[in-house]
Amino acid sequence: MSDVALNENMPNDALPRTAPKRFLGPAAWARENLFSTWWSTAITLALAYLLIRYAVSFVDWAFVNAIWTVPYNAAGQPDASACRDNKGIGACWAIIADKHRFILFGTYPYDEHWRPLLVCMLFVGLYIVSAMRRFWNWRLAVIWAVTLTAIGILMWGGVFGLTYVPQERWGGLPITLILATFGLAFAFPLAILVALGRRSQLPAIKALCVLYVELIRGVPLISLLFMASVMFPLFLPEGINIDKLLRAQIAIILFAGAYLAEVVRGGLQALPKGQYEAADALGLSYWKKTGLIILPQALRLVIPPLVNTFIGFFKDTSLVLIIGIFDLLTAGKTALIEPQWQGFGVEVYITLGLIYFIFCFAMSQYSAGLEAEFNRHRRR
Amino acid sequence: MSAAETLTSAVKANAPPAISLERVNKWFGSLHVLRDVNLSVAHGERVVVCGPSGSGKSTLIRCINRLEEHQEGRITVDGIELSDDLKALDAIRREVGMVFQSFNLFPHLTILENCTLAPIWVRKMPKKEAEALAMEYLTRVRIPEQANKYPGQLSGGQQQRVAIARALCMQPKIMLFDEPTSALDPEMIKEVLDTMVMLADTGMTMICVTHEMGFARQVADRVVFMDRGEIVEQGVPETIFNNPQTERLKLFLSQILRGH
Ligand SMILES: Nc1ncnc2c1ncn2[C@@H]1O[C@H](COP(=O)(O)OP(=O)(O)O)[C@@H](O)[C@H]1O
Ligand SMILES: [Mg+2]
Repeated sequence: MSDVALNENMPNDALPRTAPKRFLGPAAWARENLFSTWWSTAITLALAYLLIRYAVSFVDWAFVNAIWTVPYNAAGQPDASACRDNKGIGACWAIIADKHRFILFGTYPYDEHWRPLLVCMLFVGLYIVSAMRRFWNWRLAVIWAVTLTAIGILMWGGVFGLTYVPQERWGGLPITLILATFGLAFAFPLAILVALGRRSQLPAIKALCVLYVELIRGVPLISLLFMASVMFPLFLPEGINIDKLLRAQIAIILFAGAYLAEVVRGGLQALPKGQYEAADALGLSYWKKTGLIILPQALRLVIPPLVNTFIGFFKDTSLVLIIGIFDLLTAGKTALIEPQWQGFGVEVYITLGLIYFIFCFAMSQYSAGLEAEFNRHRRR
Repeated sequence: MSAAETLTSAVKANAPPAISLERVNKWFGSLHVLRDVNLSVAHGERVVVCGPSGSGKSTLIRCINRLEEHQEGRITVDGIELSDDLKALDAIRREVGMVFQSFNLFPHLTILENCTLAPIWVRKMPKKEAEALAMEYLTRVRIPEQANKYPGQLSGGQQQRVAIARALCMQPKIMLFDEPTSALDPEMIKEVLDTMVMLADTGMTMICVTHEMGFARQVADRVVFMDRGEIVEQGVPETIFNNPQTERLKLFLSQILRGH
């Protein structure tokens, strides 16, 4: 360009230089943002004082003064009196040490806990494999089918020498992961179809999709779960009984589907009309145009709200506790019912929160990486 | 390419037209955008369409590959009439390539993938063959070295040349251009026009909506002037530009010349 040619005659001080020292580094940042006026300095100091004070007392409570184990009596019952004396001073992590298997796996037969443990590991493995773009082809579908089948076999048993465990006895983390994974795995394709249907030229399909989204969005998930668990069986003929978990699962799929459909539709609408026209002009059929041109771009555009919805639904699966399904949160609450552990809810809820956080944080980190990768080639 | 040999005018006269529009009418709501348009384009003919903004030029050429539907009249492309028959539409879109004002490249695909997509998925060409073909056309529009970049990494002029290559990869018999240089910075207009001249030299049937007079004089067999949805005047470039008959064309030409 023209300015390159000018370079030779340019005076020295017009050459690019690094910014002067006083504008760089953390000290400059702090001066600029934290201590620019006496008022800002006062707020900074006050907040720093509060922050440090609470951080120190939390560390004291959670680590320094915490009780990690309690003695067990001859009958094998834990003796939590040390914890009671320590209440308000230090945390009682002994409840987690004592009840962690119940919290994680609920009322699943104790000796068979390796099965739900393996299931949780299979789920995590499935998430990791699905996150790798290398597997984004037909192989992923096979991997999912195989893994989900293996999970079903492990949970139910009754074959390969595994004892049969009825669904009523499942509980804890596997339930949460089952509801979330199956829920999103089915809701997402459903959502794409509904979003496409809402933009269809065919009035009947369009009306059906609008009706579905508006109906489902109009009611809270809790009432949908109630309908699935209480009302739905009333309409079934005598003797037919659909599994309670399956009914809750269907309610979650339908609910998530409606929300995700609106997110996907947002992406479809954000695409310039020219993309549709270019695909049409090249002679691509509707499904090829949708699969090769429209969806890949539309879904990339909506990664942030999509993951937002995913995370929301991962946590919303905990609402199944109101219809008596034993998910992670319900298991945690139930652990607190035992007389010797009553009153140690904070410790349990912090632990549960941490488990939920790990999954949700992993999702959000992954989506941030995906977004960065997809946007690498985009200008603007 | 089969269309490479330039057709003699005698053959042009006898063969059925590549494109024919008979009394075509179109409305957007109550807006009458095409009024009784009659146009016949012979194989190998290069037609330039010009006219003021909003006169229906884009609508006219978009009707030819049915990006817009006409409501009255007949449009026949390469002997196939445009109707609600989807088979006929597929066949026509295979024969007609289109280049847009705003390029409309697929930003999530590389240049090479942009060019091979339709041959692979519509023409069912093996991938290797489609890539070889795409490289051939990218070489012709003089950007083979950009094949593995993404559209967002190219300049406007380069993107438009890719768009031309992408359309050519379907090996169409007819090419439509809708103001291909209007969105470009002045220094990039020439590279795109050069590409179009090169294409015209291969004997391709072309309809170009453009206000580039130099291009029209150089390659057009015929210039069609549209105003308010009607074809007002048409003829060889010399006559249209040097000897306009109607007031509307005179006004239009004076505005164009002032603009340049
Ligand atoms: N999709 C559409 N809906 C309604 N009106 C349209 C649409 N496309 C174009 N028009 C109108 O039709 C007229 C002709 O448009 P167009 O063919 O784009 O003109 P040109 O390409 O000559 O500038 C204009 O008045 C324009 O506003
Ligand atoms: Mg136009």
